[in-house]
Amino acid sequence: MLKILSALVAGVIFGVGLALSQMVNPNKVINFLDITGQWDPSLMFVLGGAVLTTTLAYRFIFSRGKPLLADDFQLPTLLQIDRPLIIGAALFGIGWGVIGYCPGPAVASLGFGFQEPLLVVVSMLVGMLLYKAAVK
Amino acid sequence: MENFTPYLSLAGGVLIGISASILMYLNGRIAGISGIVAGVFNAPSFEEKAWRFAFVVGLVLGGAVYMHFFPITIAARESMSAILLIAGGLVVGIGTAMGSGCTSGHGICGISRFSLRSLVATATFLLSGIVTVYVFKQITGG
Repeated sequence: MLKILSALVAGVIFGVGLALSQMVNPNKVINFLDITGQWDPSLMFVLGGAVLTTTLAYRFIFSRGKPLLADDFQLPTLLQIDRPLIIGAALFGIGWGVIGYCPGPAVASLGFGFQEPLLVVVSMLVGMLLYKAAVK
Repeated sequence: MENFTPYLSLAGGVLIGISASILMYLNGRIAGISGIVAGVFNAPSFEEKAWRFAFVVGLVLGGAVYMHFFPITIAARESMSAILLIAGGLVVGIGTAMGSGCTSGHGICGISRFSLRSLVATATFLLSGIVTVYVFKQITGG
């Protein structure tokens, strides 16, 4: 139960962070990627602020050996740079560049009452589950 | 540079970092949104689905509450048809599932634990996104 509550709290903070940083605005995301046009570097500050905070916190957290509410840290075990990683990331970038939504902001905008994030989240889910079903 | 918001963006980024840190500190999990969202449906057990669902509910709630108190104006996009949104969403879904992550899992959590895979993935989707926007602008004449 505590694990569910902590995930809920983490989700709320993540959602507020995405909204505060305006990443829920796809126009702003596309302007960030538009380096030859009206470039808006804001997203770099979002990434920078998040990476800086997380890097510092992770150092402390991992030094403790185990999380407070679980038996161990569950970290990705894959290490090699393989084809699915590169092709997958490249595909993701293409979709991201066209629609201006990556998964976090799309989900965080679901409560805004707009049609765009709903279409994106549903089709994104279909894409994820299709891929998982195809490689199984 | 249009509508550049360095302070808001930095503050939002720090909040996202705090969220990722809470999830690791308490639950020992990476705050990767694509993986969490997919896991709501395909995680192996009810317990594994439940925390992911709670995180997603929180994400929607957090965005909605912020929007309620500080409405964000998002300019309508005439050129963005439903078909394009669905096609783009599909590609984002397939790409993040194949590449094991998105902006949060690779770009934030992965880089923060010095993962080479995540660094390569982040460089790849940033570059691919930049090229896509450039090409898309040439096609649509925007």
